[in-house]
Amino acid sequence: MMNNAFAQPMWLNGPAPGQFYNFMGGNTQAELPRELTTAGPFGTKHSTAAITTGSSVVGIRYAGGVLVAADTLVSYGSLARYQNIDRVFKINDKILLGGSGDFADIQSIKRSIDQKMIEDQCCNDGVVMKPKSLASWLTRVLYNRRSRMNPLYIDVVVAGVDEAGVPFLGNVDLRGRAYDDYVVATGFGRHLALPLVRERKPKDRDFTFEEASNLIRECMKVLYYRDTRSIPQYTVGICSASDCSVKGPFKVEENWTFAETVEGY
Amino acid sequence: MFRNQYDSDVTVWSPQGRLHQVEYAIAAVKLGTATVGLKNNDYAVLVALCKPPSELSASQRKIIAIDEHLGISIAGITADARVLSKYLRSECLSYKHSYGSTYPVPRLITTLGNKMQTTTQRYDRRPYGVGLLLAGYDEKGPHIYKVEPSANYFNCKAMTIGSRSQSARTYLERHLATFNTCTKDDIICHGIHAIRSTLPNDELSKDDGASQLMITVAIVGKDQPFKVLTDEENLFYLDMAKKRGATMLSKSGRNDDDDDTPPPIAEDKPEPAGPRDPQVAVATMERP
Repeated sequence: MMNNAFAQPMWLNGPAPGQFYNFMGGNTQAELPRELTTAGPFGTKHSTAAITTGSSVVGIRYAGGVLVAADTLVSYGSLARYQNIDRVFKINDKILLGGSGDFADIQSIKRSIDQKMIEDQCCNDGVVMKPKSLASWLTRVLYNRRSRMNPLYIDVVVAGVDEAGVPFLGNVDLRGRAYDDYVVATGFGRHLALPLVRERKPKDRDFTFEEASNLIRECMKVLYYRDTRSIPQYTVGICSASDCSVKGPFKVEENWTFAETVEGY
Repeated sequence: MFRNQYDSDVTVWSPQGRLHQVEYAIAAVKLGTATVGLKNNDYAVLVALCKPPSELSASQRKIIAIDEHLGISIAGITADARVLSKYLRSECLSYKHSYGSTYPVPRLITTLGNKMQTTTQRYDRRPYGVGLLLAGYDEKGPHIYKVEPSANYFNCKAMTIGSRSQSARTYLERHLATFNTCTKDDIICHGIHAIRSTLPNDELSKDDGASQLMITVAIVGKDQPFKVLTDEENLFYLDMAKKRGATMLSKSGRNDDDDDTPPPIAEDKPEPAGPRDPQVAVATMERP
């Protein structure tokens, strides 16, 4: 008696003896993309560190909208390798995405998101994704990837407004950890920009647009002075009920006159 | 036993260009008890007649909650409806897990339609023998959808399916213009009146109101998760509908020309254009 496992298929694309034909339209399991499968016979190499990296992203929510800012640098180690790359993206008319961490992984996740936006449009029902939904989806994807021991090395800021015009600002990191607040920041900005913004927050109300934009300018300046992986050029995404766009690039107002007095380095 | 040589399985066309098995499935919907769906600007309401199949049995469950924003009312083979409702529930749950929000109703219906369509095109399957009225609420407002075993689905302003539903349809068509602006109570009362008109005359004459009319009512809408009304609320609305009935029903006048087993597809003929909107019952998607 022959073992069925070694038998050739009866016809091309047909079932092996003893197995059933797979009809079209049934619930066939699509093969998982390679990065989601477990190790093969020769092992699998997972990424263990970010290679080309973007530094801080800072987001501030104000009454009626959100601002997201990031400098235009993508570093290769400590080398300021790509100096004119936008890291704040417009996803649709309601969502901005700011990406830090491994830029290749940012590009990868952005492709998936862009594909989802195209699928939204294909439905042609006027329903578009909301920032809250995208943040939720990102936690699912990122947590799933970390659970497969193959995380995307990214730390993203999701910002935007929902269908009622209520602003949303949230952060999702490479483990799928997520939170939302009136100010979020990634990278060095979490240490430098976050306390700076929180210090200025009026207790009884949201920021106004002027306050928020002044704070963004301030944060990007502090980050440029203090963060070695940054450059004095940044873009700012603005999303409100009436407008969703990425502005810039802007320049940090530099003033190095104090440098003459610095001694002892 | 076949009625003709072209209905042996679902993939065989008749020379007239018909799929008899699909038409039989549609006929199964017309044997189920009637159910009505209608909506105003903020709410969608389902009303179903759930007469017990025999004196001894309890009444059937006609309305199935799917998610907090969505529910269905069924006419036809209940077992098939449970399969479909399980599918809808798992789709909604998985959507909610991914996106943290409720499934947009038109998209859910599209996936349901795709699932049901495959059964009309494969020789090893049969069409679902159940018609659905789906009431849902999402960011685009309330929706009423009708889904047929043929996997056609229609976005409706008001709709009714099931046995003797033609008289309810007449009622809905007659009052359609008022639905959009009327209140939540009004829209439920309209639903009750519509479902009452599907009762045979002899049952209606001995109908002394609440005790005779076994109905289930469900509502979903703005700030209102999908809810099947309790018996107390049913009685409340039945009572209200009865009080308002004098004014509402006098305008309508009952239509008795419907029979229990209409010929297959006869009902699917387009409605003759009246003085009002000709597509009163079945309407295409309204786009903003």
